[in-house]
Amino acid sequence: MANVETASRDSEAPALRPGSGVAVQTASLSKRFGEVEAVRDVTFSVGRGEVFAFLGPNGAGKTTTVRMLCTLTRPGGGQARVAGFDVARQPRAVRRRIGLVFQEQTLDDRLTAEQNLRFHAVLYHVPSAQVEERIGRVLRLVALEDRRHDLVSTYSGGMARRLEIARGMLHTPAVLFLDEPTVGLDPQTRALVWQDVLRLRQEERVTIFLTTHYMDEAEYADRLAIIDHGSIVATGTPDELKRQVGADTVELVTADNPAAARHLETAGWQVRPGEERLVVFAEDGEALVPRLIEAAGVRVRSVHVHRPTLDDVFLHYTGRQIRDEHAERALPMRARARMARRR
Amino acid sequence: MTADALKLPGGSLPDERESVGEELRTVGMVWEREAIRFFRTRARILSSFIQPILFLFVLGWGMSSLVGTVAGFDFKKFLFPGIVAMTVLSTAISSAISIVWDREFGFLREMLVAPVSRTALVCGKTLGGASIATVQGTIMLALAPLIGVHLTTLLVVQVIGLELLMAVSLTAFGVFVASHIQRMEGFSVVMQLLLFPMLFLSGALFPLGGLPGWLTVLTRINPLTYAVAPLRHLVFAAQHMPPAAAAKFSSSVTLFGHALSDAACVGITCAFAVVFLVLAVTGFGKPD
Repeated sequence: MANVETASRDSEAPALRPGSGVAVQTASLSKRFGEVEAVRDVTFSVGRGEVFAFLGPNGAGKTTTVRMLCTLTRPGGGQARVAGFDVARQPRAVRRRIGLVFQEQTLDDRLTAEQNLRFHAVLYHVPSAQVEERIGRVLRLVALEDRRHDLVSTYSGGMARRLEIARGMLHTPAVLFLDEPTVGLDPQTRALVWQDVLRLRQEERVTIFLTTHYMDEAEYADRLAIIDHGSIVATGTPDELKRQVGADTVELVTADNPAAARHLETAGWQVRPGEERLVVFAEDGEALVPRLIEAAGVRVRSVHVHRPTLDDVFLHYTGRQIRDEHAERALPMRARARMARRR
Repeated sequence: MTADALKLPGGSLPDERESVGEELRTVGMVWEREAIRFFRTRARILSSFIQPILFLFVLGWGMSSLVGTVAGFDFKKFLFPGIVAMTVLSTAISSAISIVWDREFGFLREMLVAPVSRTALVCGKTLGGASIATVQGTIMLALAPLIGVHLTTLLVVQVIGLELLMAVSLTAFGVFVASHIQRMEGFSVVMQLLLFPMLFLSGALFPLGGLPGWLTVLTRINPLTYAVAPLRHLVFAAQHMPPAAAAKFSSSVTLFGHALSDAACVGITCAFAVVFLVLAVTGFGKPD
């Protein structure tokens, strides 16, 4: 996973790089289903080559937004451009330039992997002369080349998902949309899927737009938008968002807490003394641990560094943990049933 | 509304369209998928012959004693073309109805979100199902010697042509119906409600002459009726049929008091095919 880490760091916020271009851009995008405003005034842009995540609980409007960007649902208001084309006025042009991986499987499991890919290649107008090469390439990217001639019905859930991601990349789209790509997969498989996604990004230079309600997955994104009740409540890189929430905290348990607190304060640290432990606020807690131990001047029994997580960020902006999925109830049954049917 | 204030930059170019070549490639690919899936399920191929064969032999022999033989011509020979039509009908409808499965297992979305026209998808699906149905119907011809039906090369070629036309019309009809089925449960209901009435009211199994008025109306709006009559005439024409037998096993279709020629029947079948194709294209994938 180490290379995965670097991959996501390399191209931090390429949107801000001059001349890199914009892959997805929306202005006040909105959609209502009856009484429910599923998406409200959503405005954001995604730079070319970026991994951009929409983070939010179920029912927050993630899927509806993706569907509008993919021209599957007509925007109720506002505008959106994908790969330079207007989703409402030029849906065909948009569809030719995007790859789609839905929440639910859309493979023909009575065909082999290769046959599924061949079908896709034709429907997305991959020139005949390139089909063979592209199929080989995308299968290699997701490490399924040895299962090429196997029926998809023999695939595990994770393999099928990776094949779908490969298929989404087959026609070299400008933007790959992944709607909850890892939902229902075990942690190990999720990690594999993520390796695939990030490798694709690096090797194919594709922009990736994904939705997720997993905090740890949003960490992989170059930038993310937190969406709640149909509105974006915060946008930024994972680090930016965490910094907005607060600094790192370092908890120290020492042989003599009051003495340690005095020493640290004299050394210029911001300290909150306590009976059991003292808490030091710092910008980069981990790197400071050795200096803190030295400055404490007494024996340090334990150190615990706490960085703000995206959980903290989400809690900060929405007042809730993402785990309690109350938001799902925000959409009445009927609207949700209709959305499910529309899928 | 803020949307007006927040207009995105960039001109509005016209949308892109698929070229004819791209559309034809799509038709071919959808057709190919139908063929691949068909040949993969050998059990289904075999089982789809069981019912027609059962009808041909059980019903054929059973009724033959009742109907009797006229100058060496019996009910089995009358039934044979009808059984070929039955095979085409059931294969065409069950291929078309696989759309319900495609919907259930998500593959329909893969097709519908692709930058291709619904027309191309429906044409591919229809031609695929129709090809399979034609192959199945033609395989049934192999039973002709057992029934005492004489085949010529010309007859086989003509029958294949007619089967294909009938199969396109019926598959398109099936695609149209299947597009409106949202759930798996609806599938068996539709099969019951469509398949057997269409079969029984088409003249495939018995002459339509003796039916009461209201059933006659149903037979005349049944698209299969106009395919069965010329098919039977084709087969009969290749047999040495005495006039007495031809009179007893009459199978012409009358419409508003006029006996329809085979050409007219073929024309009506073509018209049905076009209408069903148009309906299938407009209904395909909706509501999604």
